[in-house]
Amino acid sequence: MRYLPLTDTDRAEMLAKCGASSIDDLFVDVPEVARLDGPIRDLPMHASEMAVERHMKALAGKNLAAENTPFFIGAGAYRHHIPASVDTVISRGEFLTAYTPYQPEIAQGTLQMLFEFQTQVARLYGCAVANASLYDGSTACWEAVAMATRVTRRKRAVLSGSLHPHYAQVVKTMAQYTGEEIADAQPAITTEPNLDTLTARIDEDTACVVVQYPDILGRISDLSKVADAARAKGALLVVVNTEPVALGAITSPGEMGADIVVGEGQALGVGLQFGGPYLGLFAVRDPKHVRQMPGRLCGETVDAEGKRGFVLTLSTREQHIRREKATSNICTNSGLCALAFTTHMTLLGEKGLRQLAAENHRLACLAADRLEKVPGVSLLNNSFFNEFTLMLDGKPAREIVRDLADRGVLGGVSLGRLYPGVEALEHALLVAVTETTTEDDIDRLAIELHDALAAQVPA
Amino acid sequence: MPRYFTDEHEWIEVEDDSATVGITDYAQEQLGDIVFVELPAVGTALDKGGDAAVVESVKAASDVYAPISGEVTEGNSALEDEPALVNSSPEEDGWFFRMSVADKDELEGLMDEAAYKEFVAGL
Amino acid sequence: MNAPNKSGWKPTMEVADASGETVTTTGNRALMLEERLIFEIGKAETTGVDLPEIDKRAPSRLGGFERSEPIGLVGLTEPETVRHYTRLSRQNYGIDLGFFPLGSCTMKHNPRLNEKLARLPGFADIHPLAPQSSVQGALEVIDQLATWLKTLTGMPGVAMSPKAGAHGELCGILAIRAAHTAAGNPREVVLVPESAHGTNPATAAFAGYKVENIPATPEGRVDVEALKARLGKGGEGDSDVAAVMITNPNTCGLFEKDFRTIADAVHAVGGYVYCDGANFNAIVGRVRPGDLGVDAMHINLHKTFSTPHGGGGPGSGPVVFSEALMPFAPLPYVEKDEAGEFHIVEEENADAEHQTFGRMTAFHGQMGMFTRALTYMLSHGADGLKQVSEDAVLNANYILRSLEDILHAPFADSGPCMHEALFGDKDFGGGLSTLDLAKGLIDEGYHPMTVYFPLVVHGAMLVEPTETESKASIDQFITAFRHVVQRALDGDETLKQAPYFAPRRRLDETAAARKPKLAWEEPAE
Repeated sequence: MRYLPLTDTDRAEMLAKCGASSIDDLFVDVPEVARLDGPIRDLPMHASEMAVERHMKALAGKNLAAENTPFFIGAGAYRHHIPASVDTVISRGEFLTAYTPYQPEIAQGTLQMLFEFQTQVARLYGCAVANASLYDGSTACWEAVAMATRVTRRKRAVLSGSLHPHYAQVVKTMAQYTGEEIADAQPAITTEPNLDTLTARIDEDTACVVVQYPDILGRISDLSKVADAARAKGALLVVVNTEPVALGAITSPGEMGADIVVGEGQALGVGLQFGGPYLGLFAVRDPKHVRQMPGRLCGETVDAEGKRGFVLTLSTREQHIRREKATSNICTNSGLCALAFTTHMTLLGEKGLRQLAAENHRLACLAADRLEKVPGVSLLNNSFFNEFTLMLDGKPAREIVRDLADRGVLGGVSLGRLYPGVEALEHALLVAVTETTTEDDIDRLAIELHDALAAQVPA
Repeated sequence: MPRYFTDEHEWIEVEDDSATVGITDYAQEQLGDIVFVELPAVGTALDKGGDAAVVESVKAASDVYAPISGEVTEGNSALEDEPALVNSSPEEDGWFFRMSVADKDELEGLMDEAAYKEFVAGL
Repeated sequence: MNAPNKSGWKPTMEVADASGETVTTTGNRALMLEERLIFEIGKAETTGVDLPEIDKRAPSRLGGFERSEPIGLVGLTEPETVRHYTRLSRQNYGIDLGFFPLGSCTMKHNPRLNEKLARLPGFADIHPLAPQSSVQGALEVIDQLATWLKTLTGMPGVAMSPKAGAHGELCGILAIRAAHTAAGNPREVVLVPESAHGTNPATAAFAGYKVENIPATPEGRVDVEALKARLGKGGEGDSDVAAVMITNPNTCGLFEKDFRTIADAVHAVGGYVYCDGANFNAIVGRVRPGDLGVDAMHINLHKTFSTPHGGGGPGSGPVVFSEALMPFAPLPYVEKDEAGEFHIVEEENADAEHQTFGRMTAFHGQMGMFTRALTYMLSHGADGLKQVSEDAVLNANYILRSLEDILHAPFADSGPCMHEALFGDKDFGGGLSTLDLAKGLIDEGYHPMTVYFPLVVHGAMLVEPTETESKASIDQFITAFRHVVQRALDGDETLKQAPYFAPRRRLDETAAARKPKLAWEEPAE
């Protein structure tokens, strides 16, 4: 067995040292009823690298990788080009095979990286402090709601109808036993989100209002209006961002008055990975809220010789000390994904991120213009960054998406998949465009969309 | 002004209908370097024996309980910037909060200084 | 390119060494290289990515929210970036570098085949919302891994979506809560042993339960009689106890030999048994938790199945379920139809019997960890996994028996340990503590064991060697460990200042917590 260094001679010597005649002697405390007479049945025996590789490659081969096809899927996970050096960095064994930096003297690499990461995220979000990451955007969204209830000592959270529906479901799942009252809604198919409807739902019992920016339909709305309305009622504004690249082009949520900004960091450095592992980002605008934050925090200090160094800090918030009174039960962060994110961000820098955002927007505008010309297709959005909503003139978008896939184009996400059973949303298609999209891809989508729509039997 | 002590190592000093609460020198020594004190908001109603404040060292968070019932009237804002006051002057400058006294009878059963000293010596 | 930034911040490395050693002008010492923050070496106008210049005349449809102010980021070119992170990496201890006996964390070797295969574009470059016909292979990976987990645990159901161990615990407890609620009464209390990992009580509290401690026996196991007495409070069938959460093998490194008795007692009052599977690596391939009466158990793929710890995540925490809890499992999950095609079951197509408690995360779980874990399982097979737990347990017992004469081992007489050996700081001289011993081990070139956990042993030291260490490596560790223990017993004052040879000496954690500095700021002029 290539991963197990003990030899039979070693085992015999070591058993003797333990006063055991066989390995079974070390498992005597296992009750009779649970003892087995050999390896577990119905599973294969060990296999060589080559055999395992063959098995896994066959499975991988059954999937249509985004790189092999015109690709327009977004809705909370975005495909961007990852510079080669990101993988070099995260593959270094000193990062890959390290643990949580509980012994800071021999974990300064991870700690300094996290301090840099926290600074980048805080600045990107227009906030004072970011944590060392959470599982993903959806769980970060729930943590923000939970934090808002702690800060305001209120129990009601108002979710915008334009929040990613999976995020809303996660919040509702987590809140059902903690006493929070979650008020949510579905998106209205309008060119601009109706902020008045949203702000009218904020009352004196509201802990927070949760808004996505850009929202699930790709629209960009004036957060400052929502911030003002929330503040007037003593509620916090939680802003969710699922596409960090957008913040290279538009004003940050913190600058527009958000109190807590959370989001998905997958778009930078992490990749699509079929939904995980991803990277939950979490930041607060007001530093006085830091002690109510969930998750790990890395802070600067000095060592016994006065040299600058970094440690995990404010850990009394966490479960290993606070136990049932902790701010969250979270125990890990998403360390390696944070490293991928921060490396990509360092490669981009201010200049690169802004260029990347501009290129995304340029191509998205091009695609919107091109696709809008397809008969039976109209563009919903007045505003968007790199994702927008197309209305398919009464045609079922879910079937169109499947048809497009059969034609070799991954053409977007139908709102019908995100909101099954909601008739008003059945004809809407979300299309995401990034720097990885070529103009040929856009042409191809326009052509196939035209054909797919034409092939639909009129209802 | 009479000062009373609890077996959870809080002290309370009473003057008329008002009282000042903190933790004892013994408690601060056990906790080590204090890095943060979470004080109750003014107006919070406290029940005798219920959670009132939290005091934190680097690796531990400890609850501070209300020695008697009443309402919080003031928190020691000096602790926000200088939690180390709890270490350097636990029973004077490092006080936690002031509260109203709902029921003076609740003070009975608390220890006086001599009794508390004896209590600590027995630990 | 490496010019100092305009802030003029200078590293403080030229401070003279306390021991009077020669100080270099750079602060570096040959291969020990200092590295400043990116904000001190990078520039706003530098980038390591070649992208088109921004065309200011290009149309903007950003709704009037164009960013006007700088974000405040800096960039590095590729060579600077690679050097920056390479230098940082060298200030880290990792399994690749040496023995990492961090108890309860299972720092085993991370096979590189796992890394290679997880990066195949067919796994890494597919979207969670892609049409299901285009991701059949990914769904099959989830299905195959699910089958392995169910077979290895002897449990009929599994939820794959939880993102980490603690998330898995929450999944299990939420399912238990949903089952009780469906039966008419969610109940009030979850019982947790004193020695439990902190996530257990935090999780139970999050699910709205009161947490009560179960006492331990002097031999380091759950006190079955005390537990039974607590269960019985309120009368037969009318217990307020929703569940017990027990780690097995427990955090003292012992197998809970009465687990089946405990499970039967809990079931008798209508409660559920949650097993914290953090230590499944000690029994994988040898014992099936399903045979012990478990209702729900999370499995840390990053522990038992070797997905990398990555400096603190990402983890992955699938949860196996008994028949009774299966209907309450979260969405989404993967199902295979009669035609052999795989489907994602979500809110819309879950069948009527499925009384799910909801959705825990946006998508389907940690796919990148699934491919790694499945690769690991296929590599080892049923026979190799059995050998894994046997070697892990043998290594730990060997360490226990090689140190118990010199170091206090509170449960050495409680029978064999499982995958980890627990020690305490009794008899240390000169006011020395477990922390001092740990720092002394750093100077010897080891990552310390877990310290001060579990809380039930004073100055606890939890040593977990794992199965991927050779005997030579373990022998060398024992020699070094005994040496440092002897120094601690002798009250060797110099240990108080250890480590001496790490990239940093002891760090001031009190200062860090009193005046938190959590992001870099441009120093004032």
